[in-house]
Amino acid sequence: MIEQLTTIERQRALVLLLAVTFGGLFVLIAGKDEVLGIHGALIMLLSIAAIFYVLAGYFAPEPTAPREDSYYDEPAKAGILLAMGWAAFGLFIGDWVAWQLAYPSLNFEAGWTSFGRLRPVHTTSVIFGFGGNALIATSFYVMQRTSRARIPDQLSPLFVVFGYNLFCLLAVTGYMMGITQSKEYAEPEWYADLWLVVVWVTYLIVYLRTLAHRKEPHIYVANWYYLAFVLVVAMLHIVNNLAVPVSFGSAKSYSLFSGVQDAMTQWWYGHNAVAFFLTAGFLGMMYYFLPKRAGRPLFSYRLSIISFWGITFLYMWAGSHHLHYTALPQWVQTLGMTFSVILLVPSWTAAANALLTLNGAWHRVRDDATLRFMMVAAVFYGITTFEGSFLAIRAVNSLSHYTDWTIGHVHAGALGWVAMITFGSIYAAVPWLWKRESMYSPRLVEWHFWLALAGTIIYVLAMWNSGIIQGLMWRTYNAQGTLAYSFIDSLIEMHPYYIARAVGGLLFLIGGLIGCYNVWMTVRIAPPQLVPESAADYPEPTVPGAAAPQAAE
Amino acid sequence: MFRFHYWLERKAIGFALAIVLVASIGGAVEIAPLFTIHQTIEDAPDMRVYTPLELAGRNIYVREGCYACHSQMIRTLRDEVERYGPYSLAVESKYDHPMLWGSKRTGPDLARVGGKYSDEWQVQHLNDPRALVPQSVMPSYARLGRNPLRTDDLSNHLRAMRAVGVPYTDDMIANARADAYGQAAPDSPLAEGVGKRYGEATNVRPFDGAPGVLTEMDALVAYLQILGHLTDAAHKTVATGQ
Repeated sequence: MIEQLTTIERQRALVLLLAVTFGGLFVLIAGKDEVLGIHGALIMLLSIAAIFYVLAGYFAPEPTAPREDSYYDEPAKAGILLAMGWAAFGLFIGDWVAWQLAYPSLNFEAGWTSFGRLRPVHTTSVIFGFGGNALIATSFYVMQRTSRARIPDQLSPLFVVFGYNLFCLLAVTGYMMGITQSKEYAEPEWYADLWLVVVWVTYLIVYLRTLAHRKEPHIYVANWYYLAFVLVVAMLHIVNNLAVPVSFGSAKSYSLFSGVQDAMTQWWYGHNAVAFFLTAGFLGMMYYFLPKRAGRPLFSYRLSIISFWGITFLYMWAGSHHLHYTALPQWVQTLGMTFSVILLVPSWTAAANALLTLNGAWHRVRDDATLRFMMVAAVFYGITTFEGSFLAIRAVNSLSHYTDWTIGHVHAGALGWVAMITFGSIYAAVPWLWKRESMYSPRLVEWHFWLALAGTIIYVLAMWNSGIIQGLMWRTYNAQGTLAYSFIDSLIEMHPYYIARAVGGLLFLIGGLIGCYNVWMTVRIAPPQLVPESAADYPEPTVPGAAAPQAAE
Repeated sequence: MFRFHYWLERKAIGFALAIVLVASIGGAVEIAPLFTIHQTIEDAPDMRVYTPLELAGRNIYVREGCYACHSQMIRTLRDEVERYGPYSLAVESKYDHPMLWGSKRTGPDLARVGGKYSDEWQVQHLNDPRALVPQSVMPSYARLGRNPLRTDDLSNHLRAMRAVGVPYTDDMIANARADAYGQAAPDSPLAEGVGKRYGEATNVRPFDGAPGVLTEMDALVAYLQILGHLTDAAHKTVATGQ
């Protein structure tokens, strides 16, 4: 990585790392009596290790070939490897806590291993660690190819990737030590949140600068989604995390909002983290990798316009469906329900656009597990968005809310859509990035596919069953007109489903580990045959429109 | 429309601004009025703030992630009201920064758990949930009874809460630490100040059963026992049928 940098860039990297080291030292001193100090020490250690890494390569010869003739793929490569690492870790934690709900003694009575602390470790690792790294990596890959422009700067994309992973690490280690804001999917405390703002603004600048250098006059659809992901997540993150810290030496802060306003702000954030992190970003991935892998042009350019603006506008209204029948004023609940139902239109437009793109390439779906990952992802996207609109209807929500049905819905989306499209895109991108003929083992990709699909179906079916049973038991009355079941009665009924869910999760985890092995072997072991580079590997347009998947119209 | 888009998608900054504009509308319409429409939060003159000990207990509840399995929001549904008590009002979480309404009930709702069980039951249950409820899947929190409660920064906590709008007085902030000790030691001279500052109805008890040392268990049980009792507004609404 360092040999790609010029001497002046290596010096800048050292200055930047020194600044981070001093930042860590400052946090260490300010928080010396608190858990915050541990994070200061962690930041210092990591940046000092990075300084040694840069120094080790400091005297290597400078790059000779003119860099502008090729794309800058080091940040994307790093991001993909980190994403696979986070996937293994996050899926493991998820399965562990799933077993804890069936057999509670599996937390071994330690503080950091209890369900309440590990649950955000799981969600943050898979959403932000796995999903976020995959999004950042693929966005760097896609934006250069669809713009036919190299990222104009060497250091800032590396800063984005590693700075972002520092955020994830602070978040996850923080929860285990008890540092949390308790806001779901926004648990990291104020100092980690501020750091993420710095990283995210840099990310936006990298994106806009690359687009500014583009040689294609039109911005391709995938970039619309990536751009919406970067911009709206910034907006959500800043508003929902407004807080006053107890002191500069304390990790603890108090949210600016309280009660009902806080609930609405939180679920405006929470639902649009689903929309712009877990949907828009991954749609960007799908709009590039699916047509590219299928070798088909995108089915309809106009449908993609309708679905893009529909999603961008409608999703932002839908958050209040998380608060049906609560103390939130009813007019807000009604708005949330209405827009959630309308949201099905752009969602299915996007899913249909993806599936219709495969027309003429279904034989490849049959033969190629990588493309099949993406196809199944689009199907699950359709299923999950339908279910989402359905669950947002107030009457349905009265049964489903607070139950495992929500967990099942989330995992249909997270395993079936987000993880599948990501694994498909990674299996497509890894041979392209590392200039290999194919993945190390296509058979292992098949294994991963079937394990992931089986795991997802078992998981989702178990949670549908348990959720609906729970919801019905809570509202069942006996002949005397009193509640038929105590709360613990419903929990006892959950036990077999909790075991089934943990088994489904285990299959998905094993698939993920196979994926890690396969990616690692492709990178390290597979013979480095230099595949003749396609036109897409050069920023200079040779035949305009030949490389990037173009609109059908 | 498509012609306009054909033009827009060639302008990176214009496209970015369009995204921000279109994405801002929903939140602006749904969130901003919640701060201005008076009826959003009911009036409850008797609503009191958390004592320093209860606030410390709430922070432990947050730290341990209790909200991942327990909601604090009783919905306006017959079965919920019969199971848990009067449905939750917005005013009841007025001083909750952040709110802990929750989204999942692996365990029961806790919005009105205060006073439902004795202190001894709560302590025993936290120490070993399966000793009292054999089928429970809740983790054990026995270590809370061994951890002394940190009190030296409680004034800072109250000050930060005041900065976000909770009406703590200078008197409360100055005596935060003493009040935390006093609330768990009814026979000590410090106990008197708690009633004076937070109302005579405030629970002043050795919550974990051991008055000598102030532990995290004291704080968490003090918090659990006040849940649903910061105001009577919810009971009144149901009684008058409003």
